[in-house]
Amino acid sequence: MKRYVIIGNGVAAVGCIEGIRSLDREGDITVISEEDHPVYSRPLISYLLQGRTDTELMKYRPDGFYEENGCRVHYGRRASAIDAVSHTVTLDDGGKIAYDCLCVAAGSRPFVPPFEGLDTVKCRFSFMTLDDALALGEALTPETRVLIVGAGLIGLKCAEGIRDRAGSITVCDLADRVLSSILDTECAAVVQKHLETNGISFMLGDTVQRFEENRAFMKSGASVDFDLLVLAVGVRANTGLVKNAGGEVNRGILADDRMKTTLDGVYTAGDCAEGYDASLGARRILAILPNAYIQGHTAGLNMAGGDKSFDTGIPMNSIGFFGLHMMTAGVYDGEMFEDAKNGSIRRLFVKDGRLAGFILIGGTDRAGIYTSLVRERTPIDTIDFGLTKKAASNMIFSRDIRRKKFGGVV
Amino acid sequence: MKRVYVNEEWCLGCRLCEYNCAYANSGLKDMVAALKDKKIFPRIHVEGEERITFAVSCRHCTDPICVKSCIAGAISKRDGVVRIDRGKCVGCLTCVLVCPYGALAPGEDGIMQKCELCLDNSCGAPACVTGCPNRAIVYEERSEAQ
Repeated sequence: MKRYVIIGNGVAAVGCIEGIRSLDREGDITVISEEDHPVYSRPLISYLLQGRTDTELMKYRPDGFYEENGCRVHYGRRASAIDAVSHTVTLDDGGKIAYDCLCVAAGSRPFVPPFEGLDTVKCRFSFMTLDDALALGEALTPETRVLIVGAGLIGLKCAEGIRDRAGSITVCDLADRVLSSILDTECAAVVQKHLETNGISFMLGDTVQRFEENRAFMKSGASVDFDLLVLAVGVRANTGLVKNAGGEVNRGILADDRMKTTLDGVYTAGDCAEGYDASLGARRILAILPNAYIQGHTAGLNMAGGDKSFDTGIPMNSIGFFGLHMMTAGVYDGEMFEDAKNGSIRRLFVKDGRLAGFILIGGTDRAGIYTSLVRERTPIDTIDFGLTKKAASNMIFSRDIRRKKFGGVV
Repeated sequence: MKRVYVNEEWCLGCRLCEYNCAYANSGLKDMVAALKDKKIFPRIHVEGEERITFAVSCRHCTDPICVKSCIAGAISKRDGVVRIDRGKCVGCLTCVLVCPYGALAPGEDGIMQKCELCLDNSCGAPACVTGCPNRAIVYEERSEAQ
């Protein structure tokens, strides 16, 4: 009987478990869960604070998931080392677990820059885990002045989540625009304006130089008084276990298309891993939930003796703030085609005869058709690109392609 | 398993499928009360223009990317049918972003809804197909090779 060990208990781990079980019902699966919770939907923590979900609904899998899949879960335990020669994982309590196949789905951790005086700030939070969100929710009062450092996806989702529960919210970022990882300058300006209309204040292109208890002194010379600080600067992949075991790591753990690391019998998935980005044509961390699940599932299948590759991952995001929705995917490279009307923006980027990426603000109907063009690297001379520029629709395909899509088993 | 398939040559673009879908999923007995003077939010949508039209609904894919992508774990596949737990959905629209068929759209409340083949409502079989006057959509078994 094969012994599987999974370090991590997030969505990548679930993908791994389900991948293993699709081929091997018998093998022994052990999950090492640093968090003391069954798997939950992490991107929902801002919705939790907003009251749009609860901890019960946030469960990513039904109760009984681990039992039904024959998994032993070590809650509240951290893996402290991997021995790639003897094929064992050592836990923080000294326990050792032997594996035939290991999946490192250890995720990432908040990056905390060495701000001067940070330790003088008593009320400070990260915004990544369920426990982070619950603690933040406890600390908030209707008078709380909140400073969020980081205007990325995490910082802004946090801002939306707590807007109605705080006195004021200021977001600062070294970047000169919001959501700099997924939006270009013009689109970011539209989103920023919308956020400002909804009560969020910004200090962009500025960074905290030092903290003095409840005051942040900015590089620009400005200062901000706050009661509660949220650090959402960024994350770092948890690569240490694999690196220390002699495996190759870059920013993330290196993996091939089968999600195998350079270590014998060791696979990786999720936010700690570097997978192939089909839109970039190179490996990089794609820290999004769909990617975590699919990488985990791919790793699980291969750990159980299958042979599966995943080489169609791309960066993509669907996210909304105060009723304004946006979707993005791929890379913003090449020639841009814009269609902006009624407050909506559609930007398509074409490179080497293919849709390399897109940004949609507002109108997002059927955006998955665009995403599939990026993911599958569809040559645009095989579709009606004139129509594509105006809207995502199935009319862009030939009748034959439509017959396959809608007349066949897919 | 049986799925809804499209014969686009026969589609008249009459949108009866949309109305029948909205009615079937309204939970109301009175069609007028369910549809009249209301903006409808069907789970099947007629696409196209003038001479070419066709009705698009969930393909109930063999390997559905929406299930793997849902950030809330709200979409699952049971007995071949891709279903959504609307209680868990927060309306992030990631499923809209990933569905290569453009088959998904949110309901009136911004929360996702999708074709579940009318298996759980009072119809028991897709109301869109039952009401199609021209067999432009059919509910039948087809093999992968077809």
